[in-house]
Amino acid sequence: MKLCRVMGTVVATAKHPVYEGRKLLVVQPVDEQGREQGHSFLAVDRVQAGEGDLVLVNSEGNGARQLIPIERLPIRSLILGIVDQVDIGR
Amino acid sequence: MYLGRVMGTVVAQQKYEGLEGVKLLVVQPLNHRYEPTGDPIVAADTVRAGPGELVYLTHAREAALALDPSFVPVDASIIGIVDSMDTKKR
Repeated sequence: MKLCRVMGTVVATAKHPVYEGRKLLVVQPVDEQGREQGHSFLAVDRVQAGEGDLVLVNSEGNGARQLIPIERLPIRSLILGIVDQVDIGR
Repeated sequence: MYLGRVMGTVVAQQKYEGLEGVKLLVVQPLNHRYEPTGDPIVAADTVRAGPGELVYLTHAREAALALDPSFVPVDASIIGIVDSMDTKKR
């Protein structure tokens, strides 16, 4: 899973029917210090995350298919947790 | 899933079976600041997107799952047309 910062929301009317009623957020991968790393991408929210939250994102389709029992699910990335704290030992 | 801008269309007469009738578009992947995040790709369109539109895509196995019938040989599918993106100043 990736540590990401929620950057905002995406609104779409024309979309695949599986995305109806699902909140789609822009997430930016960050390192353990919160520094941006790599490119932002989109993830479906499962934990009521909001802009600015540090979140855990699973971006591998099998995980999504286990959580959303829909046959032929074209969702790869899911937000699965809101991070309270990251501790890095020395 | 990630954002992209539709740049144009691709026409191919000889295609692998299952790809007949699938509209192919050239898409420039973008981050949430509309900056390119790599080279343009060709994606299957499932939402009748057109040149210039901001869209979102899914890739790998999930791209095939977005199409009907399933398991057509594609590695990227356009699955939504973005109406608006609210990322404030991030």
